[in-house]
Amino acid sequence: MKGLKVYWDLFSVFFKIGAFTFGGGWAMISIIEKEVVEKKKWLDKEEFIDALAVSQSLPGILAVNISIYTGNKHAKFYGALAATLGTVLPSFTMILAIALFFVRIYDEPYMIAIFNGIRPAVVALIIIPVFSTAKSSKITWRNCWIPIAGALLIWLAGVSPVYIILGAAAFAFIRKFFRR
Amino acid sequence: MIYLQLFWVYFKIGLFGFGGGYAMLSLIQHEVVEKNQWITDAQFTDIVAISQMTPGPIGINSATYIGYTASGSVLGSFIATFSVCLPSFLLMLFVSRILLKFKNNVWVDTLFKGLRPAIVGLVASAGLMLLNSQNFQDWKSVLIFAIAFVAVKFFKVHPILMIIISGAFGYIFCYPQ
Repeated sequence: MKGLKVYWDLFSVFFKIGAFTFGGGWAMISIIEKEVVEKKKWLDKEEFIDALAVSQSLPGILAVNISIYTGNKHAKFYGALAATLGTVLPSFTMILAIALFFVRIYDEPYMIAIFNGIRPAVVALIIIPVFSTAKSSKITWRNCWIPIAGALLIWLAGVSPVYIILGAAAFAFIRKFFRR
Repeated sequence: MIYLQLFWVYFKIGLFGFGGGYAMLSLIQHEVVEKNQWITDAQFTDIVAISQMTPGPIGINSATYIGYTASGSVLGSFIATFSVCLPSFLLMLFVSRILLKFKNNVWVDTLFKGLRPAIVGLVASAGLMLLNSQNFQDWKSVLIFAIAFVAVKFFKVHPILMIIISGAFGYIFCYPQ
């Protein structure tokens, strides 16, 4: 086991990420990129995309999967545990409070107003990583059809992301096989 | 035994819930509303509404809420939340260790190089799906979107600070009509 400081670091960074993620796992990516890649440097830019790839390819909650990947990479089993606890704890305590006290926050006009403001900003936070991940994935004119086709198939045709991942993996293997 | 049932159902949701977030919703609804009838359809809609206004992944939010509602105790909440994470935890640790160990293997390298462009498409699709009338109600939402985009992308404003600012902006200007 490493020093406790390492686990506390992982826990507190992912706690912060968990506490400010509205609108699901993808909204987290901007914050994770800022904290984990730029500030803490636990993952470099390519590793970050690989973490996304593994997290999205396996079942489960995307945000939790990314925490496990990062925690494990930085400080093995207990690192993964600390990061996961950090991600889960803010929503767990808040939802438990709401369930215990029957708070009907979503009926309050001021809460609706606050979230009318937050939602468009979250959309921006989800779109921004498209550019940084495109850069670190070395997207060029020759391979830009892959992300474009993938995005359109999911968005317009309702194809599950799982099939896009399987398709991309199969395509990569077949191409490699014929080029050997 | 409600606790065992909660464990089993949420373990299943964690194990078969692919695609993250809202893609998991139909699976959760099928298990907790239709099969086990722990909550009603209206309560399920409430949970989705609550999840949109509380931080954290919707999978965790629903597990915590339904765990409590179904069992009437905090222990139920804990068990559901724990068991929805358990399959990911085991699988992610196992798979990411193997991949890190064989990082230099030519096929693992091929796999990652092939997946990277697709992941860009996945992130883009997540953004595209949110371009709807619920998120963009009027010119104020478009303005917030534009400001947030420029501030975070070009002026390196911290995303958390941006969320706080846009929430404050909404509190002042974006009351429902």
